[in-house]
Amino acid sequence: MGDIIMKAERLVKTYGRVVGLDGVNFELHRGEVLAVVGDNGAGKSTLIKCLTGAEVPNDGTIEFEGSPVRISRTQDARDLGIETVYQSLAVSPALDVASNLFLGREVRRPGVLGSVFRMMDTKGMRERARQELSELGITTLQDVTVPVENLSGGQRQAVAVARAAAFGSKVVFLDEPTAALGVRETNQVLDLIRRLKDNGVSVVLISHNMPQVFDVADRIHIQRLGKRAGVVTPESHSMTDVVAIMTGAAAA
Amino acid sequence: MSSNPPTDGIHLADEFLDRSTPASRARDILLRYPALSPAIVLVIAVIIFGALNSNFLAPNNLSLIAQQVAIVGTVAAAQTIIILTAGIDLSVGAAMVFASMVMAQLAATAGGLPAVIALFIGFVVAMATGALNGLLVTRLKLPPFIATLGTLNIFVALTLLYSGGQTVIGADLPALLTWTGQAIEIGGVRVTTGVLIMVAVYIALAFMLGRTAWGRHVYAVGDDKDAARLAGIRVDRVLMSVYIAAGAILAIAAWLQIGRSNAAGPNAAADINLDSITAVVIGGTSLFGGRGIIWGTLLGALIVGVFRNGLSLAGVDTLYQTLAVGVLVIAAVSVDHWIRKAN
Repeated sequence: MGDIIMKAERLVKTYGRVVGLDGVNFELHRGEVLAVVGDNGAGKSTLIKCLTGAEVPNDGTIEFEGSPVRISRTQDARDLGIETVYQSLAVSPALDVASNLFLGREVRRPGVLGSVFRMMDTKGMRERARQELSELGITTLQDVTVPVENLSGGQRQAVAVARAAAFGSKVVFLDEPTAALGVRETNQVLDLIRRLKDNGVSVVLISHNMPQVFDVADRIHIQRLGKRAGVVTPESHSMTDVVAIMTGAAAA
Repeated sequence: MSSNPPTDGIHLADEFLDRSTPASRARDILLRYPALSPAIVLVIAVIIFGALNSNFLAPNNLSLIAQQVAIVGTVAAAQTIIILTAGIDLSVGAAMVFASMVMAQLAATAGGLPAVIALFIGFVVAMATGALNGLLVTRLKLPPFIATLGTLNIFVALTLLYSGGQTVIGADLPALLTWTGQAIEIGGVRVTTGVLIMVAVYIALAFMLGRTAWGRHVYAVGDDKDAARLAGIRVDRVLMSVYIAAGAILAIAAWLQIGRSNAAGPNAAADINLDSITAVVIGGTSLFGGRGIIWGTLLGALIVGVFRNGLSLAGVDTLYQTLAVGVLVIAAVSVDHWIRKAN
């Protein structure tokens, strides 16, 4: 396994009197697939949000590629090469597929039209969106000019996953990326995760689906009651062991 | 991956076709082209009023409608970009009148400032009113309705305090400030420069909203604020820019107002707040944000202008004109709801 690309220590996040994260440590190796599992309310999504700029932790430190970083906005994470698929998907329903893929990083036209008039290269972005989708093997999105609200739940999820996969150059976080997907689309996403890994991208996957986790993950971060209960591998532990640690029936 | 049937897309398309009905298809079309329904209404209205009264389509009458629409049309353009962000601005009229008084008084008083400087300061003041609204919405997190209800009263009071309740008459104003009321002839039709300026505002806004990243972010923020933030858009910055841009457009409206009435009075354009919202709504922009296009608003303003003018040419009482506008608003919002029900 490669060196550590991202590391967090003693992350704390509270919402009023509710403690979301209670001093979590987190390590992500370069080019690995790390699954984050845990019971409802264990702090999985909160952890992902704090690591990707959707939330700012109250306390704790984050290191990226060896140097301390402050990720206070999702744009900060993007600038580091980190992309995220949030559970809410964070897609804009009225905008079309291509606009959503490039949302917040629109490409401008070359020359005066782009520099002075700030005109977007709509055609170019659509072309690139089509290219990215077919490269990612996402066949459910044929027309990139369709507003996202006209898509099914699975197709919307595909848009969010495609956006993260297309632009995540170093780390991709996926929070329940297969929740709304059918069997075939789920397998596509799992294939996508493997492909990202093959390209040297680290992937963090939140999932409730244990067989899925054991299928793709190199290591499993087990979250319990706002803390990290342990890190195991599919080789060292069985699914039953992991569930036992998740629920506190066993120690890691 | 390789096991995917290659007919995937066709398969999905079939599924869509099976479920569509004429009504749902109409809905999809209206959803994709929000300016379509106001355009249809405008065309029908023009045909009916033209048939009712032959004077309606006379170039002079059309020119009059254009002049009547220019100010409310410009204010409604400012209102549109705010409503696109799921906001609303009740202070547009007050801010416009405030800016017009600043422009007029600075230029008119004995030994007053050069007209260009007075105009410029009017723009700065109007943009400051927008910035104040923007700060209340982004920093204090006030709902736009409440924030602008407050600033509406503040701007009205400031206008009266500043002007002392006095109207500045056209004879005291420099030519630059009343230039917007001047008529020029284009192909036999008299058009005021004010009307041309309004059209220019719409062209500029259409470009900014449709062709720049800023415009796309305006839609994204209005559509789903949290999604926009998570997608890396600086929501507060976009909102501030929208309110300040609206202020600048209101300064243009103030300039048109001075030219049109050949004066600047603190009690001018009392109905323009609600009229601007009316134009936006009839134009197919959703009050829930993120949906609509700027040309729809121009069509909406034209529809109101055409209805009022056409009905009065047909000898209908003014009260019934207002009634007709009310019915139009409710019809427009109903159509918006029906369209969005599809999702």
